[in-house]
Formats: sequence, structure tokens, C-alpha cells
Amino acid sequence: LVPWVPVVGLEVHAQISSNSKLFSGSQVHFSAPPNSLVSFFDASLPGTLPVLNRRCVEAAVMTGLALNCRVNKKSLFDRKHYFYADLPAGYQITQQRVPIAVNGSLSYSVCIDNKMSQIVTKTVRIKQIQLEQDSGKSLHDDTRSQTLVDLNRAGVGLMEVVMEPDMCCGEEAAAAVRELQLILQTLGSSQAVMAEGQLRVDANVSVHYPGEPYGVRTEVKNINSLRFLAKAVDYEIQRQIEELENGGTILNETRAFDSKLGCTIPMRDKEGKQDYRFMPEPNLPPLILYDAKSLPANMNHQQVVNIDSIRERLPDLPSVKRAKLVEQYGILPEHSFTLLNEDGLTEFFENVVNQTQMKPKKVIGWILNDLLSYLKQHSLTVKESPVSSFLLADLLSLLEKKQISSTAAKQVLAELWKGEGKTPLDIAKEKKLELIQDQKELEEICQAVIDGRENEVIMVVRE
Amino acid sequence: QAVTVEVLDHLERLALVDFRDSEGVERLQKAIQFADQLHEVNTDGVEPMDSVLEDRCLYLRGDDVTEGNCTKELMKNAREKVEEYFVAPPGIVLLIKI
Repeated sequence: LVPWVPVVGLEVHAQISSNSKLFSGSQVHFSAPPNSLVSFFDASLPGTLPVLNRRCVEAAVMTGLALNCRVNKKSLFDRKHYFYADLPAGYQITQQRVPIAVNGSLSYSVCIDNKMSQIVTKTVRIKQIQLEQDSGKSLHDDTRSQTLVDLNRAGVGLMEVVMEPDMCCGEEAAAAVRELQLILQTLGSSQAVMAEGQLRVDANVSVHYPGEPYGVRTEVKNINSLRFLAKAVDYEIQRQIEELENGGTILNETRAFDSKLGCTIPMRDKEGKQDYRFMPEPNLPPLILYDAKSLPANMNHQQVVNIDSIRERLPDLPSVKRAKLVEQYGILPEHSFTLLNEDGLTEFFENVVNQTQMKPKKVIGWILNDLLSYLKQHSLTVKESPVSSFLLADLLSLLEKKQISSTAAKQVLAELWKGEGKTPLDIAKEKKLELIQDQKELEEICQAVIDGRENEVIMVVRE
Repeated sequence: QAVTVEVLDHLERLALVDFRDSEGVERLQKAIQFADQLHEVNTDGVEPMDSVLEDRCLYLRGDDVTEGNCTKELMKNAREKVEEYFVAPPGIVLLIKI
């Protein structure tokens, strides 16, 4: 088997979580009547000018710092020209020459052989983060041969995060994006929900022989979930390998992922190779950022973005949160991954620990094995759990105090799941699951068993 | 230096302008010659300036919703509309091989 080396790079577009758009005061909102969240600037009417939103700048700086980037104290805006129905100006304002942040890194984890116990940390270099406008939405009406355009999304702020081709397969790509998603959500700079289009990923895929230069790459678009990202990347790697082994060549083209067929298909681009005619955005001076040293004395503080004060206000990133959980509660690293991966699970776990005598190292088993599997089976989120942290803590305390056995506890949990409002103790009493502690009572039971089985006892005594 | 057919085709696609008649091509040629005069200036060691605004302050706006909600007015500009959507010709199409 030929040891082809697959190479995967990613371009991730994250919608900035802000009230208004990047260069205008229109509202940013997921669903609204078509063309209702559109200002004259967004519609590209003549005489309108872009005005930069401070919140978007802060979001980009936060993200840059969290990804270990160098934040450029001076960055520039450019125009990227192309014609498309949902780009009314005929160009997108972006940062091509000098983006706001460069040269960072993102650490993520993958499991070896799908075993959660064998976790390996990998790093992908972040080439840059740039601020740019989102486009509107096009609805293709093929029957009437027309496109319907809604500009509500046109002008919404995006952070484009460019990841260098340091990844080698679908699993790595999905893991890197998952970690980025958690970071963005922790920072609050983007809600990063892929299903709502707040996080869009394009993959750049190529393969080459070890020792040879990189092969021709294709760009894969239209990926709507982490699962599809992994599938699309792996399919494209396989397709390229098969093509090359059959003596074919790879075209430098853009392909779309078809989730129903599970394959990538070429996107026909009539214009051939795009020439974006990048030029400086003449209506926007350079974006200047400050730090503690360079802070100007007499400027209105609303006009000043201070990198150092943003750094000071950064919350604990996922990797730090995981390390703290491991240290504080004595749980395993892979446990911390699962806790952070499920929305609200860490909080639930900590609430149970605080309300029970059972040690965290034992509680975690109940959370990850019992509670989580129930939730998954019934497709419920942690917030929708019929068993509250209070009830679970109560149950685990009964177990810890040896009022019930471990097997009995599982039966009680099954009852609790029905959400009938009974307490764990009620259920244990009802089902006669309580452990008998009384020495005399136990002796009487044992004696009764022995008395009823005279023959077996004689045989045991003989041996 | 003459303008080649490839360059013309490329420009027509980029700018969606029709140069087809020879008067158009000639005018284009003259425009290029006019702009080429810029090459006579020696710019060695000079930082390019891309805007007279380069030493102005870039104003930062507060993140408040102050605009939008003018669908009716915007739609007045639409030659064709369908239920408050702008109508445009079909664009890039996916090619599906079965």
C-alpha cells in the first residue's frame, strides 16, 4: 500500500456575537423577515460609508490572544471584488494585507484508536485572523431560473481563522474545529453554532508522496457539521489517492460536499480562476490598537482598544478549565474532556459534588456512565434532565452511607428517571432496597437459611 | 504595447463591460497609456500611501442597533421582487455527475 501523505488546512469563518453589524448599525439576528435587518449601507446604496463596530474589534483581539497570536497594533482593511447576487457592493471589505492577528497556535486532542483513555495532544498553527463582512443569503429557484436575495446577513461581522495545513485527516480537522468552537464559546466572541451558520468551515485537501512537494489542493465547501467535516475530508483524501493511483491528475478546484451522497462534487465556476483585484479600502484609515505602554493620554476611552486590558479580562480557556477539574477533583483527563464537551455537564457534576458526601472520583463514574448515557439514549440535554443534581446527590449519599447497595442505587436511578417527584429514599423504601444494618436481624436471617437447609450445611461442615 | 484578446476577455468577465467595438478597445488602450505615465516616477524606498486618511483616527462605533427596519423603502429600488426578496439572475450552479 502506498503511504500517501494527506495534508489538510482549514479556513474557518466565525460570526461575531454582537448586537449590530461590522460596519453598520443594523441588528444581527438569526431569523427575521427578509431584508428587515438591512441599512442603506448594507444595501450598498450610493453615498453610504462603513463605520467600524468597536465590539467586533474586541472580539477579534480576544480570539487572537486566546489563540496565542501576535495582535497587530496596526492593521488595514481591503476590498475583495467579485460579482454575486448576495454581495450588493460587488466587493467584500476584508483584511488581506495586514490582518488584525497573526502567527498563533491551537492545541487540540485526538484519541488513539477511538479509545478515550489514550489521548494525544496535537497543535495546528494559526496563520492569521482577519475581520471581514459576511454576505447576504441567496435562495436558488431553479424552476423559475432566478435567485432570491435576503441581505439580513450582509455585513455581519466575521472572524476568518486560517489554520495552516498541519492536519492529516478528518478526525484531526473535526477535533481542531471542536476545540476552536469551545474556545470561541468560552470567550463569547462567537456563539459558533454550526447548524445556525455561525461557524462555517472550508477544508483545503491535498495528498503527496513522502519526500515530494505538496500536491495540488482542492477546496471543499458546504460542510454543515463536525461529523460531515470529518467525512468530507476523509472522502476527498480517498478520492485524490484513487485518482492519482489510476494515473489521473487533481484539479485545483472548489468542490461541494454532498451530505446525502457522502461525497464531494465539483462546483462549476463560469468565470474560471478568480481575480479578486484586492485594493485598499479607501474609506477606512488603519486600525490602531494600544497596550498599557502606548496608551494615548488625551483620547476618549471609547475610541481606545487596549490589548492588555482585554488580555487581563480573558476567562479560563477550555484547556485551563480541564486541568483545574483534574487537579481539584482528582478525575482523569479524559473525564474532563467529556465534562466540557456536554453543555452544562461540568456545572451539574460540580453541583452534585457539593451536595453529597461521595468523593468526586466516585461521583464522576455516575455522571459519565449512568446519567450521560440516559441523556444520550433519550436525546436530552443536561438542562432537560429529569433527574436534578440535588436528587442525584441525595441518591449517591444513600449509597455512600451504605443504606443501599450499588446495584440497588442503579434501580433507584431508573425510577428517578421517570421524574415522578419521589425522593431516592422513598423509592428505596418502596422497593425494599434498603440494606439491613442491624446485626441481630442479619443473624436471624442467616440462622433461618441454615435451619432450612440442614443437609447442605452438614456437607459444608464435613469439608 | 497592444492589449491582447486574453486580457480583453478577462477584463470583460471581471468588470462585466462590453469592449466589443474597436472604439472601446482603442479607448482602453489610451487609458492604459495614460496611467502608465505613473511608472516614470521613481518610488524607490518610498512607502506606498493608500489613502489620504492614513493618519486620521479610525472612528469606533458603539455596538448599538441604530439602523435597519426599512424594507419598504429598500424594495422601492428593486426592479423585481418576490415577497420582500430581491430577485436576481441565477448565479453559480452545482454540477452533479450521476
